[in-house]
Amino acid sequence: MSSDTIVRLPDQATASIPKMNYLTKENGILSWLLTGDHKRIAILYLISLSFFFFIGGALAGLIRLELLTPQSDLMATDTYNKVFTMHGVIMIFFFLVPSVPATLGNFLIPMMIGAKDLALPKINLLSWYLYMAGGLLALYTMAVGGVDTGWTFTTPLSTHYVNTNVLTTGLAVFIAGFSSIFTGLNFIVTIHKMRAPGMTWFRLPLFVWAHYAASILMVLATPVVAISIVLIALERTIGIGVFDPTKGGDPLLFQHLFWFYSHPAVYIMILPGMGVISEVISTFSRKRVFGYTAVAFSSVAIAVFGFFVWAHHMFIMGISNYAVLVFSLLTMLVAVPSAIKIFNWTFTLYKGSITFETPMLYTFGFMGLFTIGGLTGVFLGTSGTDIHLTETYFIVAHFHFVMVGGMLMAFLAGIHFWWPKITGRMYPEKISQLAAVVTFIGFNFTFFPQFILGTLGMPRRYASYPPEFQILNVFSTAGATILGVGYLLPVLYLVWSLKYGAVAGDNPWQATGLEWQTQSPPLTENFTEMPIMDHEAYDYEWLENQERKKESGVTSVG
Amino acid sequence: MSDNTAHDARPPYLRHHFNSVEQQADTSTFAMWLFLLTEVMFFGGLFTAYLIYRNWYYPAFVAASHQLNVVWGATNTLVLIFSSFTMAMGVWCAETRRRKGLVLCLSLTFILGLGFLGIKTIEYREKIEKHHVPGFHYSMQSFLDPQSDPEVYAEYQDKPLQPDMAVHTEVYFSLYFLMTGMHALHMIIGIGILGFMILRARAGAYTSGHVTFVENFGLYWHFVDIIWIYLFALLYLISRHA
Amino acid sequence: MSGQNEHAHTIVGPRVYVVILFALLVGTALTVWASFVDLGFWNPIIALAIATTKATLVVLYFMHIRYSSRLTMLTVAAGVFMFLALVGMTLADYFSRAWGSW
Repeated sequence: MSSDTIVRLPDQATASIPKMNYLTKENGILSWLLTGDHKRIAILYLISLSFFFFIGGALAGLIRLELLTPQSDLMATDTYNKVFTMHGVIMIFFFLVPSVPATLGNFLIPMMIGAKDLALPKINLLSWYLYMAGGLLALYTMAVGGVDTGWTFTTPLSTHYVNTNVLTTGLAVFIAGFSSIFTGLNFIVTIHKMRAPGMTWFRLPLFVWAHYAASILMVLATPVVAISIVLIALERTIGIGVFDPTKGGDPLLFQHLFWFYSHPAVYIMILPGMGVISEVISTFSRKRVFGYTAVAFSSVAIAVFGFFVWAHHMFIMGISNYAVLVFSLLTMLVAVPSAIKIFNWTFTLYKGSITFETPMLYTFGFMGLFTIGGLTGVFLGTSGTDIHLTETYFIVAHFHFVMVGGMLMAFLAGIHFWWPKITGRMYPEKISQLAAVVTFIGFNFTFFPQFILGTLGMPRRYASYPPEFQILNVFSTAGATILGVGYLLPVLYLVWSLKYGAVAGDNPWQATGLEWQTQSPPLTENFTEMPIMDHEAYDYEWLENQERKKESGVTSVG
Repeated sequence: MSDNTAHDARPPYLRHHFNSVEQQADTSTFAMWLFLLTEVMFFGGLFTAYLIYRNWYYPAFVAASHQLNVVWGATNTLVLIFSSFTMAMGVWCAETRRRKGLVLCLSLTFILGLGFLGIKTIEYREKIEKHHVPGFHYSMQSFLDPQSDPEVYAEYQDKPLQPDMAVHTEVYFSLYFLMTGMHALHMIIGIGILGFMILRARAGAYTSGHVTFVENFGLYWHFVDIIWIYLFALLYLISRHA
Repeated sequence: MSGQNEHAHTIVGPRVYVVILFALLVGTALTVWASFVDLGFWNPIIALAIATTKATLVVLYFMHIRYSSRLTMLTVAAGVFMFLALVGMTLADYFSRAWGSW
């Protein structure tokens, strides 16, 4: 680990958190529960998201514990089904989908574009309440017996063959879906209509572009899963017959409608993380992102192409061979913009002044792990190999590499990167670097063996497996323990830093971006004066000029 | 500071995070359009299901659609078209500050909306009486033996369906109730908001320069009308020739 | 800009609305009449074409798209496009199943 660092903190003897900021503006629980301030709503989300993450993580722990032995001895197979289902439902709908957008997106987008708040503050608050309602309903479902269909609710299992709480879980997801829709709607409107003077589209931080693309997906795709849940509910209660072969229905119709959302959902999950990576990689290479336009357009391209590939989740389910062909081809296309981003980030590093603070460590982890995950996606998009790999642990490993190795690392990178801005305090660097390394090691131990297990033929969603797979499963569980430590550490030291962390000052990373040109924590209205954007994004020369102006006594603006 | 002098000119309905009334109005209209997009995709799933099953079970769909009264359906279509007209006129009244005109237009829209729901109730009641509600003692009798239903038989002289095709009429009615029910739900919500708006309009809330609420509601109302235009064509008018 | 409370967009007047109303009424009559005539496979096409025309008139004139910004037009187009993608690509699977395996 390099001892070089770009961190520049104010003199700790004299520095203090600014007395007037969004946290101190008003007091009392109602000022939080009825807030319109996007920053407070982001904090509300951060706390609730962390809570749901650990519940989902506990369920993951149970899964890995069960899989230590080939027999289904820790829990009954039905219970195991419920555990992995709730793990999926909670992690996807109540953690990954809202993770970066609802916390970092909510907090930063208005600041990054030079606005005082999002366009629709009340809708923003409503989003959080819907999220909580859905989340609490999901927890209630767990308490009364859970659901065992898998997070994919495949018909006709979910409509005709199980006695578990499909309806309540479906309702929870339905409600959470509207939370997501409103967040996306808010972002699109804000980014179009509330940019400060001079903030043209191509001066926006790439974080904003990424969220714009993800928001399009949120708005257009989520309603389709909503209607698919309604149809399941009616099929289960009244027996309308849309998915029932005995009445002439087609179970595959559900899958079409479900995956029409759930594939774009994975891009909803990853795009904001990619936005974080762009910001972090630029700051810790002291260099503008290579190929800004390409990265910006590739975000939108991922969103657009991502709409047309959903049936690659259905290759073995009974769609026509011609549909398989078309969707396979389109899946190849959607890989291209993601690869463009990886190339551009790599070229950003080239000849940059790289330092290895925690956000950058997570970013390096992202780049390696997401690349592996993405490449394995190509094997799955090829229908021939997919026939053998689908419904095995290869799929499980693939999506955990992109979602956990990719998205979750990006989320942690972002939390660490913007922690000083959000709280005014620095986290402790050494332990956080350790946590990042522990997470990386734990992750690889957990999920790499699962690729091998998948190619060897171990099916997913099974509590018991042939004994020859045990050793790889034990490796995986051991890794999961390490991974758990890696995720627990940030909770501990981040909370510690709230009281004891060093005072961060406005811009400890010397980053470009409007959010870094104001105090930490920010004022409720973000800026004292409306900022005028007169330079390109990632303009480190402009930043140097600003520093020089400050040092020569010229008071800076904002 | 840049907004101190403008503070006196900031109307009370201008929220603090917007710089101008124009920005606020623009933004809220854009937001309403995006919301309508989500509604399009929501109904999209239902239209997909409908098109698939109509293609698979065409004879059943034809026979079942004859159970819908085209007079009621067409009347409802006209009712909604007129209500869209009165709603658009309402927006014009708000924009030109005609308070009484606005109240009249909104009230007419309200009444027409209720009229639509009234006709829908009549239609639904008929379906219930004839046991054509899926999941509630659904009966295929009218399709296995069309002559047992003299009213409809007199008009269309349908041939009896084979039992394995007659079974699929239940899918038709599922989609009928789903799609018109979802539409009716949106109508009910709209009528509720209309009631609120009429009260506010009487107090002059929308005729003093702040028309966005009326405009945006108008967008919602027209959208619900458009959904019905398609529902009418798809559900009622499959094929009514002998 | 200060003090001006109306938007800088055209106010569409009653005359336009009456014309569109009339067009919609004619369209309704037409589509009902067409469903009683046996035009073979053209029936659904005509019904959908008339419905789409009516919908387009409502969108353009009642919903003011004709007088709106490019952004709003693009937004509507995006929605229509995604709807068609959902319906079209899903139906493509169903139709091509009938072609059988190769």
